[in-house]
Amino acid sequence: MANVELGEARTVRMANGRTSRLPQTVPPLVFLGILWLLTMVVVAAFADHIRPYNITAMDLTSRLSAPGSTKHWLGTDELGRDVLSRLIQSIRLSLIIAFGATLLSAVCGTLLGFAAARFRGAVEHVVLVLADFQAALPFLIMSLAVLAFFGSSMVLLVCLMGFYGWERYARIARGLAIAAGAQGYAAAVVQLGATPTRVYLRHILPNVASTLIVSMTLTFPEIILMEGGLSFLGLGVQPPETSLGNMVGFGREYLTRAPWVMLAPATVIMLTTLSISLAGDWLRDKLDPTVS
Amino acid sequence: MIRFVLVRLFRALITILAVVTFAFVVLRMSGDPAQVMLGPDVPQDSVDAFRKAWGLDQPLWIQYIAYLKSIFTGDFGVSMRDKASALRLVMERVPATLQLTVPALILKLVIGIPAGVYAALHRQSFADRGVILLAILGFTIPSFVMGLVLVLIFSVMLGLLPSGGQDTWMHGVLPTITMSIGGIGILARFSRSAMIEVMGQPYIRTASAKGLKWSDVVWSHALPNAAVPIVTIVGFMVGSLIAGAVVVESIFSWPGIGRLLVVSVSNRDLAVVQCILLIIAATMVVSNLVVDLLYGWLDPRLRSHTGH
Repeated sequence: MANVELGEARTVRMANGRTSRLPQTVPPLVFLGILWLLTMVVVAAFADHIRPYNITAMDLTSRLSAPGSTKHWLGTDELGRDVLSRLIQSIRLSLIIAFGATLLSAVCGTLLGFAAARFRGAVEHVVLVLADFQAALPFLIMSLAVLAFFGSSMVLLVCLMGFYGWERYARIARGLAIAAGAQGYAAAVVQLGATPTRVYLRHILPNVASTLIVSMTLTFPEIILMEGGLSFLGLGVQPPETSLGNMVGFGREYLTRAPWVMLAPATVIMLTTLSISLAGDWLRDKLDPTVS
Repeated sequence: MIRFVLVRLFRALITILAVVTFAFVVLRMSGDPAQVMLGPDVPQDSVDAFRKAWGLDQPLWIQYIAYLKSIFTGDFGVSMRDKASALRLVMERVPATLQLTVPALILKLVIGIPAGVYAALHRQSFADRGVILLAILGFTIPSFVMGLVLVLIFSVMLGLLPSGGQDTWMHGVLPTITMSIGGIGILARFSRSAMIEVMGQPYIRTASAKGLKWSDVVWSHALPNAAVPIVTIVGFMVGSLIAGAVVVESIFSWPGIGRLLVVSVSNRDLAVVQCILLIIAATMVVSNLVVDLLYGWLDPRLRSHTGH
């Protein structure tokens, strides 16, 4: 798997490999994608100031009102709650979960991968068995079981999502660290008397960071989708809190009468993951040292 | 080669054991099944009787040993809800799930791979860009959004196809399409990059330089080499034939394994959940194993790096 994922990353880079030494032009689609992502980050950061209503404020006189009115730009849901306000709050929550989880899984996975490369032998086998375990049990299925166990809480959800994709970082970090160990520079600093921690964190990590960052751009949208899926099934973020998947899940009940309740968060999910994919591909080109 | 196979087999077994242990620990600790099944207002006597009947009064590790023992004798326990054999309950749902996932897999293969290969052979063309864009769209749109949008268009607005249930073949159309779109995108993108990588290799240049027909170069030199990475992804897709339908079955009220799992998790029907977890894991492990072995056969270089 590791070889293949690395292989894919490399070939996609080659595939898109415009020979660009300086970042002269950003393709228009990528530009739009980055613009959208920046908007999302700003919206998430200032959610409390932007949203016109409280997310639980009910306006029972205008339930399921269609979008376009000056009072509720994106309409209201079945309890007369403002869809735009809920959408803004959802963006914030979904992004926080995805950021936290991506960092968590990148850090844990990389450390485990380095540990496997450093100690080999038994440690390596344990890490590989854990990775196999993760690969054998689809993440959604594992999450379902765990969430049924603890009930859903915000901290648990982030931790659980933080498990997502750790094995990818672990495999990549292990492979790259082993490869780096065979190269001159790591051996040189070892000869100079550097401690293993120093070798790994100061010398090997910077050299493999670009590949790991690329994996983060792959994991991030997947975590958004995973959280969305869980919340959609009613097992992720719980009311009264609201996330994008959770809004889609509840909006589904009113698909015939008020499709906007579902379409608004669905559109945001699609645009966000699409933008991350486009920007991620582009970033991959830029960060790839082999494209010169 | 024998060592390669043995190491793989051993790791597959360890993985399955890890999954069994995980399933057992997590689900057995997840609150008191007796309370969940009987409700809060039941007298203590009946709760005790229930626990005794299901062996829930024993220490956890005895329950675990008993569980392992029963698994190895093919006994997956009885559903707490309707007292039927868990294995039978689960197996009854397998055909329904396969009715969706097998056609979806075929669609993925038949559309995804040729699209990717075509795009790779016509790089930077209009078709290539189209394939990339559609592929990215395909795998970035989550199935729960895709499914609902398809329902909105084809059921609510056009009234062409049913939105849920399993009565006629028409009911299977939307779920199958929903399920295949993401995989088509992934396969197209993956085959495209695999093919581009191969086409840049020196042996392709050699083959064309010595005057082979272009179609021969593609069919007998490029495709077999590009197949190596594609096989991995396809193997993963085969492995998730049973597991891959949780969300889609929930959207379309399709009575398959996925829905059984969601319902059983919320009912805490331990035997059924464990049985499903185990079957899913076993399918994944077996297909991973087959892929690994196939890999070793397709690419002899991998055999020397035993187990990694």
